[in-house]
Parts: sequence; structure tokens; C-alpha cells
Amino acid sequence: MGTYIIRRTFDLLPTIFVVAVIVFIITRLIPGDPAAVMLGPQASVEDIEALRENLGLNDPLYIQFLQYMGNLATGDFGTSLTYNQPIVNLIMDRFPNTLILAVSALIIAFMVGVPAGIISASKQNSLLDYSVMLVSLIGVSMPIFWLGVMLVLYFSVNLGWFPATGMGTLDDGLIPFIKHLILPSITLATIPMATFARITRSSMLEVISQDYIKTARSKGLNEFWVICKHAFKNALTPLLTVLGMQISMMLGGAVLTETIFSWPGMGRLIVDAIDKRDFVVVQGTVLFIAVIFVVVNLLVDIMYKVVNPRVNYTTSKGGTK
Amino acid sequence: MSLQSTVAAAEKKMAKPKKETSLFKKLIRNRLAAIGLAVTLFMSIIAVFAPWIATHPPNEMDVVSSLKIPGTDGHLLGTDNYGRDLFSRLVYGARISLIVGVSAVVFGAFFGTFLGLVSGYFGGKLDSIIMRTMDGLFAFPFILLAITLMTVLGQGLVNVIIAIGVANIPGFARIVRGQVLSVKEEEFIEVTRSLGATDGRILFQHVLPNCLAPLIVYGTMSIAGAIISEAALSFLGLGVQPPTASWGSILKDGKDFLVLSPHMATFSGLAILITVLGINLFGDGLRDALDPKMKI
Repeated sequence: MGTYIIRRTFDLLPTIFVVAVIVFIITRLIPGDPAAVMLGPQASVEDIEALRENLGLNDPLYIQFLQYMGNLATGDFGTSLTYNQPIVNLIMDRFPNTLILAVSALIIAFMVGVPAGIISASKQNSLLDYSVMLVSLIGVSMPIFWLGVMLVLYFSVNLGWFPATGMGTLDDGLIPFIKHLILPSITLATIPMATFARITRSSMLEVISQDYIKTARSKGLNEFWVICKHAFKNALTPLLTVLGMQISMMLGGAVLTETIFSWPGMGRLIVDAIDKRDFVVVQGTVLFIAVIFVVVNLLVDIMYKVVNPRVNYTTSKGGTK
Repeated sequence: MSLQSTVAAAEKKMAKPKKETSLFKKLIRNRLAAIGLAVTLFMSIIAVFAPWIATHPPNEMDVVSSLKIPGTDGHLLGTDNYGRDLFSRLVYGARISLIVGVSAVVFGAFFGTFLGLVSGYFGGKLDSIIMRTMDGLFAFPFILLAITLMTVLGQGLVNVIIAIGVANIPGFARIVRGQVLSVKEEEFIEVTRSLGATDGRILFQHVLPNCLAPLIVYGTMSIAGAIISEAALSFLGLGVQPPTASWGSILKDGKDFLVLSPHMATFSGLAILITVLGINLFGDGLRDALDPKMKI
């Protein structure tokens, strides 16, 4: 297991390198002079030249690349011009807020989606099964930025139950903190919730039809135990496969959710940086999120191995597993 | 031509339409897929015939009639904050959504398929380089990659198609590569190679056709994702240039007037949801009809 983890961790390095190269290339694709774009039309030639020098844009491309990679290796993501702060500080300020939102959304998605999938599978072809499947299909098709707006309209504007925007702190008390968290979490949880329900149902149906489940039933075991203990444990593996993908989608979805609810997280930071044309912040935060995603996928792979020890580490020629 | 081969050719010709009919029948028999197909066709018709269906020019402003509720003064779904007819804007918005949805997926499918074919077929270092790059692209959440590309490319319809198309490439490349790895081990490929066929001929005439089923299913599902992505980009103000009507930009305006005129946000979001749901239902049905074991 230890060897597996070490080999998988080393395997991440080329991917992270490629991610850094992609971000470098994308930000160098900005048409025209990035310094002029960042400073806007009112900027003087001297200011633009000073910023070009500051950003290293006057250096040859390979020097820029080496400097960029060298800085990344030391954890230097650059300095924001609009916030006048190192990007790392901005990320460290905002990332915990995104993490709170993403974790609570993931908990909601698991707590609702997985039981819904189990119930749906155990009552196959019933009205309940069809209802769960219809709702989950609507869920995966849901534009979450619309759902967020609708939740604000009904639960904040019309009913006044929850605040429409902002994030509460624990200093204000637990209730205000949770009240601020509910609508954004539900919004972000919708697609993973529906996906978990669909995946759980299909993998449970596959497991339920196997002989050992029939044997467990014929031995007179309680149906609840047959489903929860024997069937679900083996239906868990496909769920883990989609977990990494769902976390990636949630990190992307956070950009939209945080914009709707003015949640002070990484997504909001990116959108604000785009508005202010602060490309250094965009570059740093996008890179950070991509690296987080790669690391999360590593953790999911390790969990996969824990749940299913028969999984072998085999590297195909293309490097994908 | 011998009698035997003529008969065989005739039989093949007769058998072909039967197979096509059976795929269509399978789709129609699946009630949800049939509903999905109907919704997709309905939205496509609205997009194609937008100039005849819209009741007003979509960008015609009438500030005096701004934020009218549905059903007033000949405005079926009311008006927006500039007094533009919401129904007409939604009808024209269908065009943008479907153009972006289809074009971005075709873009992603074209490059992704090519990369997946080459990578899977030739293997070795080329495969490693291509798939490492695809892994790198996959590390970005889809919408975040599209947002970053739009920041660089700037607003506009073509740029939206490119941004969403690029974000689609790794998905197609992985699907096709996976298929190629299994197809290239088949006996008929070995036979074709021993008969002297070139790599290009084997790839495009023998391997590619055998990758089409998952490609079609994945492509259909991706159209739904591309439509949501376009709406999301427009919602963030990074999509098509105003005043062009897009469901996402209507929703963005609707969010600003949520208390005064909730109909703007409600109808534009419903249009996205219904279209995406229709395409997903159709995609699910297509998967079941083409290959129920497909893991997409």
C-alpha cells in the first residue's frame, strides 16, 4: 500500500508540470500587450512599460517560462496589482471559505443522493424508483446558476428564511453561519447529489442481482442488512470512481455559486480578478485549483485501493490508468 | 459478377434499412428517449425558424415598456429591463445555445478524436505526450478552463465556441483512445494490416468506424454540457457580446431585477433546463439503444 501511494504521488508530478505549462501558455496567449490590457486605456506609456518590466514581459519567452517555473517551485504565485498582495495570501484567505462550501455541499450530496439511489434500487420499477430517477435526471440537467437565483428568489426574497448573499462567521453564532451556508450548499450539491443517486442505483442493481445476495436473503437475513451491509459495500466502488470527477465539477461550480451568493471564496476571487483584468490572480488561482483537483484525485485513487484491494497499480503506455 | 455475390449484395442492401429502423424503433420505444428527442427537435425548430416565430425584433428597445409582466401589450412573456420582448429574445437565444452547443462539440470531437486515434493506435512516446497533455487539461474543472480561455480570447460567439470546444477535447480523446486500444487488437485489423493497408487507411476506415457508437453517445451528452457552459459564461458576462440574446445573459440581467421582474430569470433558466433535460434524455436513450453496457 505504501509503495502504491508513493508511486501514485510521483506519478502526479508530470501532470502538475503539464498543468503549469498549460496555464503559462494560456496567459501568454492574451492578444496584444497584457500590461496594457491590465492597466486599461487610461494608462500612460511609462506605466505600461514599468508593468511590463515588473511582470518580466520584456524578457525572452524561455526566460519568462524558467522564472515562472522557478517561482512556482518556491511557492511564489506572483503578486496581485489590484490587491497589492502576494497571490498566495489571497488564496490562503479565500480557500478555506471555498472548502467550507464544497465540503458541506459534498456532505449534502452524499447524505441525500446515496440513500435515494439505494431506496430506488431496492424498490426497482416502483413509483418511488421512477420519481427518484426523474428528479435525479432533472438534477444532472440543472443549470446551477439558475437554481441558485431561484432559491434566492423564493427562500430569501419571498419567504425571508435565509440571507440572499454573503457568508456568516462562527463569531456571529452557529445559526447565522449555517443560515448563510444552506442555499449556496444546496445549489452546489445539486449535480453531485443527482449523479450519486444515479450511480448508486445502477451499481446497487448490479450487485443485488448477484448470487451471494440471493444466498444472504435465502438465509433469512434482514433485508435492511442485506442491502446496507452486503450489497452497498460492493456498490461503493463505482461511487468512488465518480467522486473525483464530481469534486472537479464542484470546484468549477463554486465559481458560479460564489458569484450568485457573493461568497468570499476562490471562485469569487477569480471572477473579480477577471473584472479587474488582474491576470496574475487568474493565473495563480486557476493553477491552484487544478493542482487541488489533481491531489484530490490521488486521494480518491488511494481510497479506491482501500475499498477494493484487488485494484492493481498498472501503468499503461499512455500514462492514464 | 457471379450470381452468388449479386445475391449477397442484394441481401446486404435489403438488410441495412432494417438495422437502421431497429435503432430508431428502439429509441421511440423508450418513452423517455422519445420525449427527449421531441424536445430536442422542438428546440431545434425554434432555433432554425426564429425569425418567423419571434413576435418582435429581439434587440428592439422600448424603455417605456421595460419590465412588463407576461401577457401585457402583446408581450407573451413580458419585457426585460430595456423593454425588449422576452419571448423573442428567448427564441433567438435558442439559436445561440444550439449553435454553440453543436459547434463546440464538433470542434472538441474533431481534435479529440484525432488525438485519441493517433495516441491509441501508435502508442509509445507520442501516446505519452498526448495523454499527459490531456491529463493536464482534464485537471482543470471544465467551466474554469472555459472561463480562463474566454478571459484570454475575449467575448464573442466564435471565441465561446473555441473555449468550450477546447475544454471538450480531452474527454473525446480519452474515449476514443480507450476504444482504439481494444479495437486495434482485433483480428480483422491484423488481417487488414497483413494485406498491406497503410496506417492512415486502417485508422480512418477500420478503427474509427468501430469507435463511433460511444463517440455519438458522448457527443450528444456533451452538447447538453456545452449549452450549460455557454449560458454560464454569458451569465458571468464572458459569453456572446451584448445585445445578442443568449439565455445566460438574459438570466444575468434577470438576476439584477429579481425582485421587480422575476419572470426574466425564471423563463430563461427554464429554457436552459428543458433543452438540457431533453438532450440528456435523448442521450440516455441513444446509449441504451447503441450499447447498454457503455459506461458513459
